[in-house]
Amino acid sequence: MNIIWFLLIAVSVAFSVINGRFDDFTKAMFEASKSAVEVSIYLLGIVSLWLGLTKILEDSGLIYKLSHFFKPLISRLFKNIPDDHPSITSITLNLLANIFGLGNAATPLGIRAMKDLQSLNPPEEKDNISFEMMLFIVINTSSIQLIPFTVIGLLANYGSQAPSAIVLPTIVATLISTAVAITVLFAFRKISKWTS
Amino acid sequence: MDLLNYFSQALIPVFILFTVAYGLFKKVRLYDSFVSGAKDGIDVIIKIFPYILAIFLAIKTFQASGAYDSMKAMLAWLSPIFNIPVDVFSIAIIKPLSGSAALGIFTDIVKTTGPDSMASRISAVIIGSAETTFYVLAVYLGAVGIKKTKYLVPVCLIADIFGIITAIAVVKLIF
Repeated sequence: MNIIWFLLIAVSVAFSVINGRFDDFTKAMFEASKSAVEVSIYLLGIVSLWLGLTKILEDSGLIYKLSHFFKPLISRLFKNIPDDHPSITSITLNLLANIFGLGNAATPLGIRAMKDLQSLNPPEEKDNISFEMMLFIVINTSSIQLIPFTVIGLLANYGSQAPSAIVLPTIVATLISTAVAITVLFAFRKISKWTS
Repeated sequence: MDLLNYFSQALIPVFILFTVAYGLFKKVRLYDSFVSGAKDGIDVIIKIFPYILAIFLAIKTFQASGAYDSMKAMLAWLSPIFNIPVDVFSIAIIKPLSGSAALGIFTDIVKTTGPDSMASRISAVIIGSAETTFYVLAVYLGAVGIKKTKYLVPVCLIADIFGIITAIAVVKLIF
């Protein structure tokens, strides 16, 4: 992330010099701070909401039962999670929320899943990402939403003859891109094992 | 399709009902339990905020400095070779960076080229099958304070590029 961040900022500064857009550059900086606050406030609401709800799930013991129930669904990919661990439930719920396009639930549940996965990390490894975390993030960043309702709504609004025509290609593209993402991750793990 | 939409909308209320009902059945002090869980939300956000700020700073200045426009121009030469509408590149570059910007540009493409054009369809599939990678990375890694990400970032970027190529190829094959 350090390299990416440096590259983005360096390229931006360079281009604002070339294009003489210092003014826009400065404005963008303050706009970024403003939207970071807005997004964080919004997240504060929904994340607290879902952490509250999943706490009920935890206190009632249902989260462990659900983990037991969901285990077969994700255990093929997430091999190093102990049986009945809460992260199985939070991962599955996040994936379900993503599949059905429920963004307001997906992000908070994803945060909960990351916290649960972090609890499996040994104390001296808390700064280091685990393979399970990487796998979880890679599945999330490759997008697994089946029906893009927002996009279909927009197409329909502008008078498309067949707004749902994009559904099939979207599902196919989503499935392929997620499969590729997971394969690339496993390939990188193999390579990193060889080189170390 | 409407049925699926209805099902997605029903999912959260049903889930909450189930959670609360089971908690009640197990004699959990629901209100106390909810509040004690929700209390952690603020710690998480305090952890995430600087990461979100850093990412937004990079993305907004990238757009405002003209770097984004130049990158689009650099990729435009690919357009006639693969017979891909030029507009597609603006979506392909912006989608991993910002979801709202991608939707804005998508609306422009639909307005100017029509909702059933090749450009609109490819853009629609890219938006539907890609995520705002950098935002997801900032939020998820920030929430648990991970500093060493090993090979995660290169994997995500390679996967994004493959995802966009896949989206273009699939639309070209189907339509």
